[in-house]
Amino acid sequence: MENRSEEDEVADIKIDKIDKFYGSVQVIKDVSLEIKSQSFTVLVGPSGCGKSTMLRMIAGLEDINSGTISIDGTVVNELPPKERNIAMVFQSYALYPHMTVFDNMAFGLKLEKRSKEEIDERVQEAAKILQIEEYLSRKPKQLSGGQRQRVAIGRAITRKPKVFLFDEPLSNLDAALRVQMRVELAKLHDNLNATMIYVTHDQTEAMTMADDIVVLNEGVVSQKGSPLDLYNGPNNLFVGGFIGSPKMNFISTKITSKSQDKTEVDLMGSSTINISKTLSSANEGDAVMLGIRPEHLIINEESDGSWESKVFVVEKLGSGTFLYLEKEGEPLVVQTDGDSNIKVGDTVKVGFSASRCHIFDKSSQEAFK
Amino acid sequence: MKKLTITSIFSQLLLLIFVIAWIAPTFGLFISSLRDKDVLAISGWWTSFTTTEVNEIYRTKGNDAQIKEGEYYYIKSNLFRENKGKEIFRFGVTSKNIDEYEVGETALFKDGTEITVLENGDYIWKSQNEFKKKKGKRVFVSAKSPPSFTLDNYKEVLFQEGLGQAFLNTFAVALPATLIPLIICSFFAYALTWMKFYGRDILLATIIASLVVPLQMSLIPILTIYNDFGALFGVAAKSFPGIWMAHTGFGLASTTFLLWNFLKSLPQEMMEAAKVDGATHYDTFIKIVVPLSVPAFASIFILQFLWVWNDLLVGLVFLDKHPSEIILTAKLKELLGSRGENWEILTTSAFVSMAVPLFIFFSLQRYFIRGLVAGSIKG
Repeated sequence: MENRSEEDEVADIKIDKIDKFYGSVQVIKDVSLEIKSQSFTVLVGPSGCGKSTMLRMIAGLEDINSGTISIDGTVVNELPPKERNIAMVFQSYALYPHMTVFDNMAFGLKLEKRSKEEIDERVQEAAKILQIEEYLSRKPKQLSGGQRQRVAIGRAITRKPKVFLFDEPLSNLDAALRVQMRVELAKLHDNLNATMIYVTHDQTEAMTMADDIVVLNEGVVSQKGSPLDLYNGPNNLFVGGFIGSPKMNFISTKITSKSQDKTEVDLMGSSTINISKTLSSANEGDAVMLGIRPEHLIINEESDGSWESKVFVVEKLGSGTFLYLEKEGEPLVVQTDGDSNIKVGDTVKVGFSASRCHIFDKSSQEAFK
Repeated sequence: MKKLTITSIFSQLLLLIFVIAWIAPTFGLFISSLRDKDVLAISGWWTSFTTTEVNEIYRTKGNDAQIKEGEYYYIKSNLFRENKGKEIFRFGVTSKNIDEYEVGETALFKDGTEITVLENGDYIWKSQNEFKKKKGKRVFVSAKSPPSFTLDNYKEVLFQEGLGQAFLNTFAVALPATLIPLIICSFFAYALTWMKFYGRDILLATIIASLVVPLQMSLIPILTIYNDFGALFGVAAKSFPGIWMAHTGFGLASTTFLLWNFLKSLPQEMMEAAKVDGATHYDTFIKIVVPLSVPAFASIFILQFLWVWNDLLVGLVFLDKHPSEIILTAKLKELLGSRGENWEILTTSAFVSMAVPLFIFFSLQRYFIRGLVAGSIKG
């Protein structure tokens, strides 16, 4: 790869107030985003949130209705894909079925009229990185899904682009292979030192691979940050529910009183709990959602706030146990020890620590900070 | 093994009937075209595989073939002018009793001369006196005739009846009239499928709409326009370029539609991958779409080629009837009028006109089955 110094931290891709319409439907709404050089950025969100459209606009496969996208300081709105210095890996691999693996990987280079030696060298190099050297003379249909995806990545590597774009590249693979490829992609990013943008709807992939996660929802950026920032401090209800597996539990409640740096909320109508988070727009009596992650709920131990509940389902995974409780019609998932001996029908005491919960305003969905 | 249900048995039976209904006449025509014209007139093609018994009359040679050995005069020769493998088993010398003698026996003519006929037609005619008559005597034979086939009919129609020239003319019409629309339409269909331009949908709708315009309706206007246009450049009114253009025009809509249908089934992500790889539309078309479309091209080639090959109407309107331009179908029609009773000519001509479509179908049929796209996308 081209040598870039480690401290070269200029924004490699700058997206400025872009809009995208399909007919009268606006799928991207005034999105601005900066993607740092050499970072691994994951665009994540539910289907239809516009993440693939964003990626395709960066790639040059979709027109931009308004706003600008710049790569390395150059506005690329009107440039065709090949002049943007990017390479893309597609969900369906999109290999050329009539060409051998070698020809698939060499296609872009041949179009650039590179010399035979250079093409050969680059393809061999990429094949070595991806460990597909022995398949170079095969046709795509003779390869397994994982091998095909490697070839598709290889095709991107040989072109030595500044930016790699991945459009849900692992979603066609089986679970075991997906985990393996995930690790390899992370390694690849370390080796190549290139900027990578990765689109997925799978928050696990986002959490494990990303330097930065951009959560998109209905065409707007919900939150951008490192995986742990998003996990620990979601900006809104959507991010809170989207990041983390199993999903964050939400309990509807209301504010009983608020002070300068604390908010007191009602807990199951029987008690209240003081949480050191505030939101200036919130008032006493406002409806809020209390968000607690399953792994932060504590069973049968002393905690800041607690109540009793009945267990409906027990899922034993060995590494942990998931308990499904119900409180006032709202399902509640609790993660506890793997060797827990709680059975279906047991009544348990559920509690949580005030420092490990989140409050979201019910109407604006904003998080208390 | 699939389960045998009433429906599957029925469909298999139906298939069998179709196969028989298609193969039997074709095969019959082929066999007929290879049979001797005399046999063809009196018996069906299915009798030609078995040995048949025939009664025939031959005449011996006259006195100029006689030789004298000892005190007898002999005429030794063979009854058959050409040997077709017939085997004589009985013979006679009078019309009243045509199978009086076993082969090898000696028969007595009324004038006292003796004749011995052998299985293969050899005979020895023996006389005490010199043969006087110039004309030989009649010999009736009953013979077993083995299956026999001949290429004489083909020699006749191809080189004497002018069908060979018509065959070449049809090739001269059909090949360009198939390749030109295929080339034009493949570019056109690509543009309709994968390029964005203003009015694309309207253009596509127009093409689909023009599929339903009957050829007969536009035939004469097109000929008139072509004549006027040709006159401007001093081109003959009826010539090969004219019919090429006519067939191209008539085939344009259907060919484009079929190709468009195929091209839009190619995976979109593959096209986008090519775009990201830096391929222009031309690169994508030549290096990706064309190699992947070979099966579609082949099947459309077959369709258009057969259509042009079997066409009579356009050929009659746009080409003259003189030997250097007449096409097979027109020639067949002409033969039907002038040589309607010569079955050997008609069957042979018909088979000549069928041979190319048959060859094309059998050599290209695998393209109907093969799917080249397998493996490009998931699964």
